Amino acid sequence: MNGSQFSHQGLQFEESLLFELDRPDSCGVDFDGHADLGLAEDSLGNLYRRAPIALPGLSEPEVVRHYTRLSQKNYSIDSGLYPLGSCTMKHNPRLNEKLARLEGLGDLHPLQPVATVQGVLALYDDIGRWLQEICGMPAVALSPAAGAHGELCGMMCIRAAIDEKEGEDSSRRRVLVPESAHGTNPSTATICGFTVDPIPADAGGRIDMMAFKDKLGDGSDVAGIMITNPNTCGLFETDIAKIAELIHASGGYVYCDGANLNAIMGRVRPGDLGIDCMHINLHKTFSTPHGGGGPGAGPVVLSAALAPYAPLPWVVKTGDDKFDLIEHEPGGPAKPFGRLKGFHGQTGMFIRALAYMMSHGRDGLRQASGDAVLNANYVLAKLKDVMSPAFPEYCKHEALFDDSFLAGTGVSTMDFAKAMIDEGFHPMTVYFPLVVHGAMLIEPTETESKFALDEFIGAMRVLVERARTGPAEKFHQAPRLAPRRRIDETEAARNLRLRWLPEEPTRDAAD
Amino acid sequence: MSAKFTENDEWITVDGEIGTVGVTSYAQDQLGDIVYVELPTVGKTYKAGDEIGVVESVKAAAEIFAPADGEVTEINAALEDKPGVINSDPAGDGWIYKIKLSNGPQVDGLMDDAAYKAFRPDA
Repeated sequence: MNGSQFSHQGLQFEESLLFELDRPDSCGVDFDGHADLGLAEDSLGNLYRRAPIALPGLSEPEVVRHYTRLSQKNYSIDSGLYPLGSCTMKHNPRLNEKLARLEGLGDLHPLQPVATVQGVLALYDDIGRWLQEICGMPAVALSPAAGAHGELCGMMCIRAAIDEKEGEDSSRRRVLVPESAHGTNPSTATICGFTVDPIPADAGGRIDMMAFKDKLGDGSDVAGIMITNPNTCGLFETDIAKIAELIHASGGYVYCDGANLNAIMGRVRPGDLGIDCMHINLHKTFSTPHGGGGPGAGPVVLSAALAPYAPLPWVVKTGDDKFDLIEHEPGGPAKPFGRLKGFHGQTGMFIRALAYMMSHGRDGLRQASGDAVLNANYVLAKLKDVMSPAFPEYCKHEALFDDSFLAGTGVSTMDFAKAMIDEGFHPMTVYFPLVVHGAMLIEPTETESKFALDEFIGAMRVLVERARTGPAEKFHQAPRLAPRRRIDETEAARNLRLRWLPEEPTRDAAD
Repeated sequence: MSAKFTENDEWITVDGEIGTVGVTSYAQDQLGDIVYVELPTVGKTYKAGDEIGVVESVKAAAEIFAPADGEVTEINAALEDKPGVINSDPAGDGWIYKIKLSNGPQVDGLMDDAAYKAFRPDA
């Protein structure tokens, strides 16, 4: 742990920090410290550095090996099945990567003159049309940088529309949020100045319509509803069209969390259900890299009612193969609520997502959502005799289990998930959604083969059997084979060590 | 007196007009390792059912609610540094706050030990 090469065993490297590997006499850069770079100190005012910069000394191969070894510790979708529910960890096709690196796309700069970036503006226009077509919505805002950012964009559009209303209607502040909503939904509503009114789920895992109508009342103070469909129980909200009708009749708007669009793409158009705005996670539905491999991108499709409030900037077609980028809108029919992000959104992700859409086509996208649902139901069907499904019916893109199959074993959902690591699988999402006891949410995605799913199912069945026969201690100790054993989660959450700090110099060294 | 229980899995014991409130062993077990407690404000008055604080674990954040009307007189500041005490001793050192009850009989309407055990049979 302190820079020694001898803590590595069996090529399992115990990786030190770069600062711990520091050898002051070592350097990877040829740099003449005495060269006159023409930087007079006074040109920096009083901002020039007075103390050494304290970068660690390492040679180039040492730096390369450090980062390569760290990358080998990373578990990713490129190394194995990653069944996190509601996260949609699916394969990132290499065709997307190839196209994103094309000369002329990969090297663009956002400050280039518009005349020199006509191709990428055409691409923005194209992906916008694809998203509108898939969702059945007349407008799209491309710039949001991730799903939650897209949520913020959608709710800011609703807020702008509410603020524009006359009299009492402009003070609508209540937003209905089902209990099974993504955790970001209530926080987004709150940030936009709304108050959150939760709606309970019914016994079947869907919005309780009686409770919804009760909470809506005459709706005169309701700004709208935030609804996730399919919801976080992996179920389609079958009453959504009726809900949208009632919300609209009372003067509110319908925001849909589109995180799970991957389950209905090409089969249901959210616009036909009465949705006014919905964010789309390009990394979930359209196969762009996820998490640390990102960045994310969360475009928002908008109904005619909310389209005028879409944030700047946007692309307009001004002639045959000619495009312009609208950065300011003084007056005119559009009333943008402002600007959400520097420049124009995550261009690299737009290229990848468009590559995915165009390589799949209409029939391929429809098959992708069908396969996602089929795979989840295969997992559900193959595990329901030994685990306990939270709901008896078919699921959409994710299979949800509760922990009743572990009752009396002394093994908790968390223990079970940790034990999966020893079996070579990334755990599923646990304890979410909160409406299901000890929840385990498995989303295999459409990109896993039947062979991969059978291996996963086999490992899960072995673990269930082991939990039944005991001893439970083995589960409490898991993971036993990972580079780190079970961590103290309270310590990890409370006492974060986020940066390296130099050791205090001893008096001798200081002298 | 012996403890009374709410349907939100809080317990309260009353000494004179001062009630001591915490969460039940069932609640801490359901939450898992607790990492943060948002304590109520001393001197503030609450109505029964008002949200009075938050207990956050590695799994979830759960609101805690006032079991009866009253004014908060004392908080267990030790929980700010060691919230895990709620896990290790929920009914003792893991108490969360004390409240001066303004409507004592409200507490009588809460569940007793037997009723709470029936309410949470898997506790």
